[in-house]
Amino acid sequence: MSAFPSLRTCGYAMLLFALVVAPWAGLYPVLGTKLLCYALFACAFHLLLGYTGLASLGHAAFLGVGGYVAGYGVKMWQLSPELALLAGLGSGALLGVVMGFISIRRSGIYFTMITLALAQMVYFLCVQLPQTGGEDGLQGIDRGRLFGLLDLHDDLTMYYTVLVISVAAFLFIARVVYSPFGQALQAIKDNEPRAVSLGYHPNHYKLIVFTLSAALTGLAGALKAISLGFVTLSDVHWMTSGHALLMTLVGGLGTLSGPVVGALALVTLENKMGALGAGLASLTGFAWFSTLGESVMMIMGIVFVLCVLTFRRGIMGELLSLSRHRPRKTA
Amino acid sequence: MSAPVLETRGLRKSFKGFTAVDGVDLAVQSGHIHALIGPNGAGKTTLFNLLTRFIEPSAGEIHFNGEPVSNLPAKAVARRGMVRSFQISAVFGGLSVLDNVRLALQRKLGVSFHFWRSARVLDRLNEEALTLLDQVGLATLADEAAGALPYGRKRALELATTLAMDPVLMLLDEPTQGMGYEDVERVTSLIKTVSAGRTVLMVEHNMKVVASIADTLTVLQRGRVIASGDYHQVSRNEEVTRAYLGGGRQGGAAA
Repeated sequence: MSAFPSLRTCGYAMLLFALVVAPWAGLYPVLGTKLLCYALFACAFHLLLGYTGLASLGHAAFLGVGGYVAGYGVKMWQLSPELALLAGLGSGALLGVVMGFISIRRSGIYFTMITLALAQMVYFLCVQLPQTGGEDGLQGIDRGRLFGLLDLHDDLTMYYTVLVISVAAFLFIARVVYSPFGQALQAIKDNEPRAVSLGYHPNHYKLIVFTLSAALTGLAGALKAISLGFVTLSDVHWMTSGHALLMTLVGGLGTLSGPVVGALALVTLENKMGALGAGLASLTGFAWFSTLGESVMMIMGIVFVLCVLTFRRGIMGELLSLSRHRPRKTA
Repeated sequence: MSAPVLETRGLRKSFKGFTAVDGVDLAVQSGHIHALIGPNGAGKTTLFNLLTRFIEPSAGEIHFNGEPVSNLPAKAVARRGMVRSFQISAVFGGLSVLDNVRLALQRKLGVSFHFWRSARVLDRLNEEALTLLDQVGLATLADEAAGALPYGRKRALELATTLAMDPVLMLLDEPTQGMGYEDVERVTSLIKTVSAGRTVLMVEHNMKVVASIADTLTVLQRGRVIASGDYHQVSRNEEVTRAYLGGGRQGGAAA
């Protein structure tokens, strides 16, 4: 028991160290920035699924709207990056209150379907509204200078800025999970009628956590818009919500670090699939491998099936259960 | 006799043509252990759900401590001191035994919505929680995951959690159901102990338990009260005998 927290601290320290030195070890900073944005997205999504048991398929709406608001603010009102990020966070929270208010009235699959339906309404609004640029999306969003000091046009500065914000958001999520509020969430997830009989009103807790999750997702969207310089309809598309679910499940449901690891693994895989395919093709002589880059969706599907069939607890879930069981066997 | 702590008048619940609870007048005296018995499907659990406001009655009134509670939401009834347990054991499996009890205590600290504070603010509840756990014999298991406890221990934990609410009236839905012989005896004496200074209304099938601790019995059949009184009065009631044995005249067979 006493060895476990230190092991966990070591794990986080190693992950953080790896992220800090990654650009110097050959990681392209822009890809790194994208990885972090998706990691934050997955963590925010997981706050709802992993700790409250609410599976939302509407999180793309928060990611997309956060991105659009931040991007629009920068392009049209020349907002500074910090204000644009706040606008993304705020718009995510606002949309979260509205969508949460409607959807938490139902549970299970009905909750999921309502979030999906509401997110689709947001998607069609984004297609129609002139402010989003429709099919073209918002392009050429300027990164600007953070607090007027840090020039974010430098990819490395951008990367470390996103890293700092992501780590802060991660620590915030960890705090929420291990707070009195988090305890109540766990109770509601485990046994809602019992929580009611102890005087709790589950819907208040669900609405707050839904809003927190949506706000953090909006922040991830804004970070992504500013660092990559564009927002497109694919950010609000429901497949992006599915992506968050996939990253969480592959990383490990119910583990704090799972979504981070899942996001890092899947986004890397997605981005490096072409190179991987080409490598395999030249290695094995099968020309078919070089087409892998075009069939990313198929590979994602295979990864998901493998995950469900062979390591259902996800990467971190399996690792944690290994580290928990090993000392017991030797003792 | 003092005013009853819980009283219902003409309480009725119909589900699409089927009347589960049909005009129940119930009075639970303060300080009593009041047992609710009756054959399967008599409406005992439905009555519990009505009393704790988990479901809406079709007609009738509920008074708790002399005040009408028929229009209050379930959590408000719980906060006023009418706290229920469930037929299937209801613990928070993902939390530790200690956390289960702290969860019932933490609401009064007013920090339950504080998502920005560490759960360490709850540590000041530990002493109180451990005292409660000690009362039900679980103090040594405080750090175990509640989900991993054996069945009888889960029921004991549920009792400790219910007690943490400092209830005026405890509603226990089949507290000894599915338990082995030893567990039944332990839980029975536990209920007797913790009922000091409180009122208990319990659904119970085990007549031995009822005979040993209940002050008052109410017998339900097909949603109606067919008898009420102490154990001897009720066990001599012919209608009760018929309800349990379906017509024959085997006297005292309710025991």
